Amino acid sequence: MADKVVLDSDSVNRTISRIVNQILERNNGAADVVIIGIRTRGVHIATRIANEIEKLEGIRPEMGTLDITLYRDDLRQKTEWPKVERTEVPFDLDDKKVILVDDVIFTGRTTRAAIEAIMDFGRPSSIQVVTLIDRGHRELPIQPDYTGLKLNTLSSETVRVHLKEADGKDEVVVVKQ
Amino acid sequence: MKLLIKGGRVIDPASGKDKKGNVYIEDGKVKSHPADTKKIEGEKGAQVIDARGKIVAPGLIDIHVHLREPGFEHKETIRTGCESAAAGGFTSIVCMPNTNPINDNASVTEYIMLKARTEGIVNVFPIGAITKGEKGETLAQIGEMYEAGCVGISDDGMPVMNSKVMRHAMEYVKAFGIPVLTHAEDKNLSGHGVMNEGDTSTLLGLGGIPSASEDVMVSRDITLAELTGTHLHICHVSTAGSVRLIRAAKKRGVNVTAEAAPHHFTLTDRAVAEYDTNAKMNPPLRREEDRLALIEGLKDGTIDVIATDHAPHSEDEKKVEFDLAPFGIVGLETSLPLSLKLVEDGILTLPGMIEKMTSIPSRILNLGRGTLEAGAPADVVIFDADAPVKIDRTKFRSKSKNTPFNGWDLKGRVLYTIVGGKVVYSA
Amino acid sequence: MAFERKHILGLEELNAEEITLVLDTAESMREVSDRDVKKVPALRGVTVCNLFFEPSTRTRSSFEIAEKRLSADVLNFTTIHSSVVKGETLLDTARNLEAMGASMIVIRHPMSGAPWLLAKELNSSIINAGDGWHEHPSQGLLDLFTIRRLKGRIEGLKVAIVGDILHSRVARSDIWGFTKLGAEVRVVGPPTLIPKYIEHINAKAYYNLEDAIDGADVVIMLRIQKERQDSEFFPSLREYSRFYGLTREKLRGAAKDVTVMHPGPINRGVELSSDIADGAEAVILEQVSNGIAVRMAMFYLVASARRTS
Repeated sequence: MADKVVLDSDSVNRTISRIVNQILERNNGAADVVIIGIRTRGVHIATRIANEIEKLEGIRPEMGTLDITLYRDDLRQKTEWPKVERTEVPFDLDDKKVILVDDVIFTGRTTRAAIEAIMDFGRPSSIQVVTLIDRGHRELPIQPDYTGLKLNTLSSETVRVHLKEADGKDEVVVVKQ
Repeated sequence: MKLLIKGGRVIDPASGKDKKGNVYIEDGKVKSHPADTKKIEGEKGAQVIDARGKIVAPGLIDIHVHLREPGFEHKETIRTGCESAAAGGFTSIVCMPNTNPINDNASVTEYIMLKARTEGIVNVFPIGAITKGEKGETLAQIGEMYEAGCVGISDDGMPVMNSKVMRHAMEYVKAFGIPVLTHAEDKNLSGHGVMNEGDTSTLLGLGGIPSASEDVMVSRDITLAELTGTHLHICHVSTAGSVRLIRAAKKRGVNVTAEAAPHHFTLTDRAVAEYDTNAKMNPPLRREEDRLALIEGLKDGTIDVIATDHAPHSEDEKKVEFDLAPFGIVGLETSLPLSLKLVEDGILTLPGMIEKMTSIPSRILNLGRGTLEAGAPADVVIFDADAPVKIDRTKFRSKSKNTPFNGWDLKGRVLYTIVGGKVVYSA
Repeated sequence: MAFERKHILGLEELNAEEITLVLDTAESMREVSDRDVKKVPALRGVTVCNLFFEPSTRTRSSFEIAEKRLSADVLNFTTIHSSVVKGETLLDTARNLEAMGASMIVIRHPMSGAPWLLAKELNSSIINAGDGWHEHPSQGLLDLFTIRRLKGRIEGLKVAIVGDILHSRVARSDIWGFTKLGAEVRVVGPPTLIPKYIEHINAKAYYNLEDAIDGADVVIMLRIQKERQDSEFFPSLREYSRFYGLTREKLRGAAKDVTVMHPGPINRGVELSSDIADGAEAVILEQVSNGIAVRMAMFYLVASARRTS
């Protein structure tokens, strides 16, 4: 069992900066852009994205957090008990460009659930998906718009994203079971 | 018919006997207690039971049983009730009149007697109703029922609320020398209660039957017994208050006797938690202090008799909302092991316990049984007081299985039940 | 911690952590209820049956909305006849509903313990929507939720429950819920309606209204059943109201920021005067809105426990 570091602290920051630039480029700036992070680590990355946008553009996009527990399609199979956390989207989503942020995209089911949740809040003009790591193995026809790093992983491996806010340091590791 | 029971510990409280010995039975009667059995064993056709290490006692007598026939044969019949009794070590049972039709006239009494003779394997003695239809209004055909075989009267389950009617009943029975048995309960005070009023009923939100509803009626009936001089027998005493009242009454010479049921001296109202309808009976299971008072009463003789209030109900009738479930549990097949616990706990001696289940109940209802003296009817129980038993309701001979004791580990195994010299049950 | 209960039958059997988890989950559900689209797919494909043996449109509606907001399929079975009258036993009725696919049964029944019977005999999850005089856990939880939102805590509060404690399932659930979370509970009413043994379940008994609400942070008024006046419990509604009806005058001794609750429906002028029912202290409508969120939380927790067990 060997842990492999695939992104260190510097590369995590560089990756997020690049994604921010791509977001601004594609959306011609930050007008009508709102950032929504998926609990829990997606929220931290979303906050960093919002901070950088504010630094570059001088305006801070609206920030929301999404708990997708109530939208999961795998409640039936869960072995770990799913606690419902707060969802906070305290602004109107109609005609907004929603940047949906998660740390890792894997099967695509979380993203699907998040998209469904966002649609319940309103009718955004677009939803764009940000992920720090795309580890493949998609089970649904869902692709991220912005990817930090694409990894070829085995299903048996686990990708762990550590962030300063939650874990004390920035680092992405692949853990072999 | 000759039967020799050899080498057991023979306990016969009526004669004060408690020693290792033999009991010889011939033609349905106890013939002798021979010291030397060689001659009898040599005789042709004598059946021999080796009772070494076992207790040999008069067959147990339960003076409070509901046989349900006629009218409620889905719960129990005279046949199944008698089989249940035999399995529990009982050779005589006394059945209450709340059948359908109610045993309030001689023809119902005769029907029960006939059924018992033809289908029952133990002796059955009916109790007649006090009032017509147990309505508490006018006296039932008490004299005719007495002639037909009733050994006492009671409106069990439906206490006579009108004190004047009760007084007249108590006066009237004097002509026949039978006692009045009272289910002492003030029905108004009980209201819609379904369990003991206490912290458990408060917690469960169930209607409570206060101890007072028994106490006030015991008090009334003792007062009427004093007024009339009639022998009053108080059924299934459940409260500390009743025990106090009865003790005081006995002390001043009132002609009163009393019984307690094994469930009342074993369980408390906590058994009702989770709405177990098999812990629903009337009188209800009471508080621990009541239970301890009953035990004290059994010990000092205030309570004369152990009787089960065997009240069979079908599974379907009990698997309903607690409020709707009928009152009562079966008792015949758990009575002996539960009573032996009193002996194990040092509350009663073994002869003392046997006395409360044989000679005393026989004397109260004048049954002429409950002893192993020569000449007595050969009703005998042989049991192993130390053998472990696990209560298994599915093995009950009773038609009904409603017991709160299922799965309990107790001691006391009935090996033989002998009625009139005939083995009617053997393990 | 994980919620591991297949049924919610009462607050007596829940511990403080479990109660807190329900309240926390209800916060998330309250957020769903505040959205334009008040619906999440959590219970999609689950059939929930509302089995009501009492005509309680209010409670049934609240449960039904909660079920629908979680995308459950809802089956309503309401009858004012008890099983005896119908000739079918409660168990047979419930088994029929289970055969129709219900995996969660919400039961309201006039007899204490009826939900226990179903929980013992059926495979479904049973949610008690009020049984006899026993418990009304969803009402207890929504009362806790309302007070926690309002005051930020339950611990240390003084709570007075006023009225017919003897026949009240709301009182029992409130007593368990508030005391488990650290509040002090007092009950007050005519002595005929205060169970003799109520202090065994951690509530202090009073017979005088002013004494009981002295310094109280929360006053919970119970609905008085009009039929009680015809029996021997108290002489008349007029006299009841005179001694146990809440008026501004009597409320003076309570804490300054006292909150007045009522499970509804209110008998105006009997349990409380209109100026209090409509006043700033009353949170009666807030209780109704919170009831939906709390019931959603109960469903979600039980459903998730079923799936993880």
